[in-house]
Amino acid sequence: MKRLGRYTLLFERRPAILGHAAVCGKKEAAGPLARDFDQTFLDSYLNQESWEKAESMLQTEAANLAIRKAGLQKQDINMVFAGDLLNQCISSTFGLRGMDIPFLGQYGACSTMAQTLIMASIMVECGAANYACAVTSSHFCTAERQFRTPLEYGSQRAPTAQWTATASGSAVLGMSGDIQVRHATVGRITDLGVTDMTNMGAAMAPAAAQTLLDFFNDTATKPEDYDRIYTGDLGAVGTKLLYELLRENGIVLRNHEDCGLILFNREAQDVHAGGSGCGCSAGVLCGHILNRMDRGELKNILFMATGALMSTTSSQQGESIPGIAHLVHVGRG
Amino acid sequence: MKKKTPQQYDAMVQKASPHSPVLKNCLFAFLSGGAICTLGQALANTFMLLGLDLKDARTCVSISLIFISAALTACGVYDNIAKYAGAGTLVPITGFANSMVSPALEFKSEGFVTGLGAKLFTVAGPVLVFGISASVLYGIVLYIIGLF
Repeated sequence: MKRLGRYTLLFERRPAILGHAAVCGKKEAAGPLARDFDQTFLDSYLNQESWEKAESMLQTEAANLAIRKAGLQKQDINMVFAGDLLNQCISSTFGLRGMDIPFLGQYGACSTMAQTLIMASIMVECGAANYACAVTSSHFCTAERQFRTPLEYGSQRAPTAQWTATASGSAVLGMSGDIQVRHATVGRITDLGVTDMTNMGAAMAPAAAQTLLDFFNDTATKPEDYDRIYTGDLGAVGTKLLYELLRENGIVLRNHEDCGLILFNREAQDVHAGGSGCGCSAGVLCGHILNRMDRGELKNILFMATGALMSTTSSQQGESIPGIAHLVHVGRG
Repeated sequence: MKKKTPQQYDAMVQKASPHSPVLKNCLFAFLSGGAICTLGQALANTFMLLGLDLKDARTCVSISLIFISAALTACGVYDNIAKYAGAGTLVPITGFANSMVSPALEFKSEGFVTGLGAKLFTVAGPVLVFGISASVLYGIVLYIIGLF
């Protein structure tokens, strides 16, 4: 492993994604990417007593599926990196409680998929783990009751608001495989003073622009060098702002897609500015994107998950929303 | 990245963010709120036909509307109506009923006392606190004015 420029890591041994799995809920299964999910649950409770238990179950399922698809057993995994949106990351701890794998909890809000992927890649690259697993999830109902109002409360959503995806994604990393992690850029916390909790895309866009610029700068590459650049959950507003911020810095994105914009059919499914949540980028990466790489349709992609690092307390106290974005360069070859 | 002040970025955000459809929301609120009031009047007339006096009939209207909204909330229908109706369902007593029943449903998973009991007023609490405070203040003012 080598450091490239100021912010980017170069993985010389190229840890590989050996297995990946994505599971989702009913609304996601009704969206354009339905066929990319390994499993879908039509009951929002997943036959559990609470939504929190349901979300934990999503992680259990995704992690188990990814390990199985990698042709491995639970005991082969040396380390699991996991996180979610709930207080004290309970979806991860309860979801992975029974797996008996050394566990390191992560919190990066909706950027968690990229964060756990980077951590797992580093561990495999440096030999600390033969196999490492990255997993994250979100559930519309658990997020809604933690961050906003009770579900059955009748209110109108702002047009800039995003819809938390009910989904989980997991990837298993090890040495020698076709789909390889080549670079990673760990993002810096960026805050341009957005305080509106219903406009997370706007809060995260500066972080996304910064990480992307850092990566291009460090690697001396440009957007056209990649088949596709995926951002996590900027949504319609955040995407627009990202384009504008990059244009001001002399970069035009033509091969970009936002996971929050492709997971749902925005108009028909009434998700306003698009999807969000850890499960949004995780589900799209571990389902749609990696499936396309497996089929050879994509060979060289950038995956950058974005997160809004506030809590309900900080927001009520009038603090602005700090944003973060971590980037992973995945190549086939 | 080129430096940007929060003020400059805020201007960008304002431009990029779509605004709520205020006119449409007002129209829907007017129609749905009006419909609820019409329903209330119809109920009042019915109760009076059944022999209640005006005061009792009005009390029964409130009870009926609260019951209907609570039932609709419990069935998971209320929020779907409120999505379009907005202030139309929020302002009448229906909104108050919904704001009590929805946390009750939501937090029962955390137990009867620490969940339902403690969280029952999470939405309605501020309305009660400031509503009751305002009415007390209004009462005092009215009393003082009455002295002269």
